[in-house]
Amino acid sequence: MLSIRSIIKDYENHRALNSVSMEIPKGSVFGLLGPNGAGKTSLIRIINQITKADSGDIYFKDEKLQEKHISSIGYLPEERGLYKKMGVADQIVYLAQLKGLSKQEAEKRAKQWFERLEMKGWWNKNVEDLSKGMQQKVQFVATVIHQPELLILDEPFSGFDPINAEMIKNEFLNLNQQGTTIIFSSHRMESVEELCSHIAILNLSEKMLEGKVSDIRKQYSKNCFEITYNNAESIDLNGSSAFQSIGNAKIKEGKFVQEIQLNAGFQINDAIAFLMPKIQFNGIKEIIPSINEIFIDQVKNA
Amino acid sequence: MKKIALIIQREYLSRVKKKSFIVMTFLGPVLIAAMYAFAIFLAVNSDNMSDKKKIVVCDETNTLSNIIKSNAQYEFEFSSLSLASLKSDFDSSGNSYLLYIPQKSKNFEGVQLYSDKQPSLAIVKYIEDQLENTLSDQKLTEKGISKKIISELDFNLNIETIRFTEEGEQDGNTSASYMIGMFSSILIYMFIFLYGLQVMRGVIEEKNNRIVEVLISSVKPFQLMMGKIVGIALVGLTQFALWVILTSAITGIIGQKFAQDKSKLMSIEKTAESSNSDKSEPSIAAGEVLNALSTINYPLVIGCFLFYFLGGYLLYSALFAAIGSAVDSESETQQFMMPVTIPLIFSFIISTSTVVNNPDGPVAFWLSLIPLSSPIVMMVRLPFGVPTWEIITSMLLLIAGFFGTVWLAAKIYRTGILMVGKKTSWKEIGKWIFYKN
Repeated sequence: MLSIRSIIKDYENHRALNSVSMEIPKGSVFGLLGPNGAGKTSLIRIINQITKADSGDIYFKDEKLQEKHISSIGYLPEERGLYKKMGVADQIVYLAQLKGLSKQEAEKRAKQWFERLEMKGWWNKNVEDLSKGMQQKVQFVATVIHQPELLILDEPFSGFDPINAEMIKNEFLNLNQQGTTIIFSSHRMESVEELCSHIAILNLSEKMLEGKVSDIRKQYSKNCFEITYNNAESIDLNGSSAFQSIGNAKIKEGKFVQEIQLNAGFQINDAIAFLMPKIQFNGIKEIIPSINEIFIDQVKNA
Repeated sequence: MKKIALIIQREYLSRVKKKSFIVMTFLGPVLIAAMYAFAIFLAVNSDNMSDKKKIVVCDETNTLSNIIKSNAQYEFEFSSLSLASLKSDFDSSGNSYLLYIPQKSKNFEGVQLYSDKQPSLAIVKYIEDQLENTLSDQKLTEKGISKKIISELDFNLNIETIRFTEEGEQDGNTSASYMIGMFSSILIYMFIFLYGLQVMRGVIEEKNNRIVEVLISSVKPFQLMMGKIVGIALVGLTQFALWVILTSAITGIIGQKFAQDKSKLMSIEKTAESSNSDKSEPSIAAGEVLNALSTINYPLVIGCFLFYFLGGYLLYSALFAAIGSAVDSESETQQFMMPVTIPLIFSFIISTSTVVNNPDGPVAFWLSLIPLSSPIVMMVRLPFGVPTWEIITSMLLLIAGFFGTVWLAAKIYRTGILMVGKKTSWKEIGKWIFYKN
């Protein structure tokens, strides 16, 4: 869908993007993650053609990114808002027209969205008369009304209350199921982790990591498991060549919990075979690193 | 282009539909007409309105009682009492002034005017004029010149000015040129200020509402800026056109009402004339002014007025837009406003003082070429007659100046609108101009 190739962007005293490349597959929910100041917004502004890269190219569906693609992209900036003294419907229609829709088409689609999101009574209201949550619904409609193929959302849930955040999240996922590619940008990694199929992590103007979420986790998995057992007292689990215990057993809700790490070339079944006669199994769970943990790990190692 | 048209449309409609626009459109002419009516009212009634000032004169020479004359405003009363007793009675006498002319004064030296307040310039001048006239009459009589000849010396000249133009000799009228020039220049000055500030506020509003980044993901910053400038220009032209129509309608009605008493109207115009122009300038009858107004080259003046009206606005509003983009709120605009408003105010002051008195001087010439001042200064010069090449050069420079400032402003604007929550300095704005994109 979008191919970003060796983008460099310099500001006066610092380099905001240092030869950043990434591939955003069609139909994906792509998480663009990284701490504040990593270069996320700079990259997003370049994709939206608000600013130009100093070097490097971006391809939109195998075509060099150009002005005509603006109408295929929907953008919800981090700093977002609406004209306070303008009517809700007028505003949505105006923004849709700027994206290239005809007036009639824009009005028709606006009506459909108003029905869908239970906003019918707001048509003629001024934005300043709406509550914050209502304004965000309006903002959402304005972002998606031109049916973009690519949606770019910069910190989409900041400032939303939980109910609205949930509703908007579901609407985005719904659009994704209909084929819209979505780029989520956030510095709160855990907030978008569950939504994303792919991620890229930016740190200090460079890309640290990119790929499918499942692949990345597998790659960074340390083959650790959590064994819960229900014996009278804790048992020393060492003595197998298949794994080794990490730390001592902890007591959680009256049960013992022990972390183990498999040794190279062994499967979890080997460990279970060894443990079976020794302990009263209550459960076994793979310890999968969160994106946040991977990120912190990466930053520390860098 | 379609996007700019959409932006212009929004900027125009959102302002024209506002209540404040409609109120100002109708209230403006009413206010102007009310001011006009009030001025007429004052002119008609000023004599009755202020009480006659009583001036008690202690004339020790005993020669002036037939010479210093009372008029509508001042009543002179000659007293035979001594200065000391007049002074002590002053508070209870109800007189406003006490004029003392000492006995042995040669050429009226040592004349004193007592009052409890600082006397107005008008009364001092009135007394001085009377005494000076008396003195010069006395001197002339002493040299043996008869009263008859002296009275014949009272001239009231009215020089007829005729200009050589391409259409042959034409009657000119300095006062009419003066009035038209000043009027156009005031209008242009006000228009630039009022609507330039609206552009600035519009930019700040978009920044404050945080809608600007949403917008520039659809349109180029330049399109957004130009759309706003042009849209607001159309609002200004609409309001101006409505004002002209409504004001002329209302003043027409008022004028008709006053015209019923024609002699009164004539006296008003005369009063207005003489109070407007310097004492040294001969006052002209209303008919003459109207006659002179008809000699002005209207197609040229109106054409140039529209050109400088729009050109000046476009040039300055681009700068105002740049200022708006660099700040987060209107209270921060102060430091950036100065360099933009100073040339504007400066050219207005110069044009209403130096230029209007010497419309062909070097100051007038240069300021009417410099784009920052030409919209205001040239309009003052124009009714006096300006060589065609100067007008064309000035216009070309203004167009070039407009493109220059728009280019500069666009560079500041596109960076400024994305800067949120940062205090901007001059140095930083300077850097923005050199940003690549």
